[in-house]
Amino acid sequence: MNKMHSKGGVMLAEFENPVKLLEAAQKLRDAGYKNFDCHSSFPIHGMDQAMGLKRSPLGYIVFVIAMLGLLGGITLEWWTSTIDYPLVISGKPFFSYQAYGPVAFAIMVLSGAFVALFGMLALNKLPMYYHKLFNSRNFERAMNDGFFVSIDAADPNFDQKNTGKWLEEIGGKNIEMVEAE
Amino acid sequence: MSTSVKTIDTPVLHEEPLIRGNPTFDAVTEKISAIAEAKTPKMWYVAIGISSSLMLMLFAMILYLIWEGIGIWGLNIPVGWGWAIVNFVFWVGIGHAGTLISAILFLFRQKWRTSINRFAEAMTLFAVICALIFPGIHVGRIWVAYWMIPLPNQMVMWPNFRSPLLWDIFAVGTYFTVSLLFWYTGLIPDLATMRDRAKTKIRKLILGIFSLGWRGGNRQWQHYEMAYLLLAGLSTPLVLSVHSVVSTDFATSVIPGWHTTIFPPYFVAGAIFSGFAMVSTLAIITRKIYGLENFITVNHLEKMNKIMLVTGMMVGYAYGCEFFIAWYGGNDYERFAFINRAFGPYAWAYWTMISCNVLVPQIFWSKKLRTSIPVMFIAALLINVGMWFERFVIVVSSLHRDFLPSSWDYYTPTVFDIGMFVGSFGLFFTLFLVFLRFVPIIAMSEVKGVLPQADSHHEGGHQ
Repeated sequence: MNKMHSKGGVMLAEFENPVKLLEAAQKLRDAGYKNFDCHSSFPIHGMDQAMGLKRSPLGYIVFVIAMLGLLGGITLEWWTSTIDYPLVISGKPFFSYQAYGPVAFAIMVLSGAFVALFGMLALNKLPMYYHKLFNSRNFERAMNDGFFVSIDAADPNFDQKNTGKWLEEIGGKNIEMVEAE
Repeated sequence: MSTSVKTIDTPVLHEEPLIRGNPTFDAVTEKISAIAEAKTPKMWYVAIGISSSLMLMLFAMILYLIWEGIGIWGLNIPVGWGWAIVNFVFWVGIGHAGTLISAILFLFRQKWRTSINRFAEAMTLFAVICALIFPGIHVGRIWVAYWMIPLPNQMVMWPNFRSPLLWDIFAVGTYFTVSLLFWYTGLIPDLATMRDRAKTKIRKLILGIFSLGWRGGNRQWQHYEMAYLLLAGLSTPLVLSVHSVVSTDFATSVIPGWHTTIFPPYFVAGAIFSGFAMVSTLAIITRKIYGLENFITVNHLEKMNKIMLVTGMMVGYAYGCEFFIAWYGGNDYERFAFINRAFGPYAWAYWTMISCNVLVPQIFWSKKLRTSIPVMFIAALLINVGMWFERFVIVVSSLHRDFLPSSWDYYTPTVFDIGMFVGSFGLFFTLFLVFLRFVPIIAMSEVKGVLPQADSHHEGGHQ
C-alpha cells in the first residue's frame, strides 16, 4: 500500500500529458515499484490497471452499512410503533411494512451516502494537511495542468541515482527529490 | 476509383465538442478559478443587496408568523393548505434537476452534464432550504417542531411512521443531506486546485481546510471515483422517491383531486420539468455574466430544452389522464373536482398552468427556437410560472369546494403569503450569489476530464 508517511523523501517527475503518464505508470508497475502514485487534476481512464491497483473496496463497505441502515430503520419503526407506543390510527396495523417503506429507504440512502463520502476519505487517509509532496513548488501544478509521478524512497526498488535516471529515460522531466522538512 | 474509406461522413454520429474553443487544462483552471478569485464586481453588491433585503423581509415575516400564528395567511376552512404548501412543493420540485444531472445523467454517461452539474447541485441545495422553511413554519407551534423527529422524550411518545407527513420529513431531510454530501465530494478536487493557486495566507488556509489535503494521486482518485459512483447510485432512487413521497402527502388523503395513483410519477416528471427550467434560467444568466459561453454552450442548453420538451409532455399527459380517470372512474365527487378545476372559480389558474406547461414547451420541437437564447429564456421563465400554478391548482382548487357546499369558500392570499413567497426567492438568490462569488461554479476536474486531450488514448496529448 501507499506508505507515504515513511521516512525519507519522495522522488517527483513530471510528464507531458495523460498518455505519457499512463505509459510511465505501466513501466513503473512492470519494473516492480509499489510505493508510487500518479498525480493528475482529473482521474485518467485506465490508470488503475496501468498502476496495477485492485478495485476499491468502498462499494462493499457502503453496501453493508446501507443494509444495516435499512435494518435499523425498520427496527426503529417496528419497535416504536408496536412495542413502545402502539397507537391505533384509522385502523391501520401497528406493523405495516408498506407504510414503513419510505422512512426505512431514506435511512438506508442516508447511511450509505455518509459512508460513501467518509469511507472514501478514510481510505484516502484524508484529511491529511501535511504531506511532504507539498514541499515541492512544482507540485503546486498537480491540480492544475501537471502530470506527476511520485516514488517514495521507502520503495524496495528505489535507488536515488538509478531511479532518477530511469525516470528521465521514460520521459520524466523536472525530476526532483522532495524531502520531508 | 477512390480507395479512401475515410471520406465517409457519418452526420448522425457527429457530435460537437462539449467544450468549445479547445482550451488547455491550464486555461480551464484559470477561467473558472478567476471568477472566485477576482475582485468582487459592483453588480454583485447590487444584486445581493436586493436579494438579501427580500430575504430579511422573509425572516421578519416568519418572526411575525411565530408571534401571531398562521392566521396571518389567507387560509380558511376548507382551504387549510395555501401558498405555503404550494411554495414547498414548488421549491422541492426545482431541486430535482440538480440531482438528476449529478446522479442519473452520470450513470447514463452523459458527459455534457460536467459543465452544469456544479451549479445545478448548488441550486438543489438552496431550493431545498427554501422548501424546508414552509412546512417548518406551517406547523403552528414552531418551537415544538422537533417532535416530528423520532427523539426519545419525557412524554414517552413517538411520531407516527404510518403518516406521509413523517415520510416527507425523512425524504426531504435525506435529500438535502445527500445532495450536500454529493456536492462537497465533487468540490474537494476543485478546492485543492484553488488552494494551490491561492496567493494570500487566509485563502490558502480556508481552501486548505476544506480541500482536506487532496493531492490528486491516482490512489486517491481510485476511491474517489468509486465514492462518486456510489453517491450517484444512491441519489438516483432519491430523485424518483423524494417527489413521490411529497405526492403521497396528497395522494394518501381522501380529497377528490388528490386521491389518485398517478400522483407519484406525475409529480416526479413535473419536478424534473421545473428543475430544468430553473437550471436553464440560471445558466443563461451566469454564462452571460461570467463569459462562460465556451463551457456552457448552446449545445448544453439545447439538450436541457429537449429534456423540458419530454417532461413537459409527460406532465401534459398526466393532466389529460387525470381528467380521463375522473370521467371513467365514475365517482361524482371526482368528476366534480375536475370540472370545477377547469371551469370553476380557479379556471384562470388552471388555464395558466396548461398554457405554460403544455403549450409553451411545444416550441422546442423547432431546432431554431430551441437553440435561440432569448426564446428559451422566456420559455423557461414561463415554465417556472406554470409549474408554480400547477401546485396552486392541485392544492387550492381541490380544497376550496369540498363535500359540503355550505362550506365552500374562495381562497385569496394575504400580503404575508405573497411576501413570504417573494422573500423565499430572496433567500434563494442570496445563497446562489454567495455560491457564485466564493466557490468554483463549474466542476474543473470534471470538465478537464472530458476535454479531448484528457483521453488516455488521445494521440499526442496537448495540441
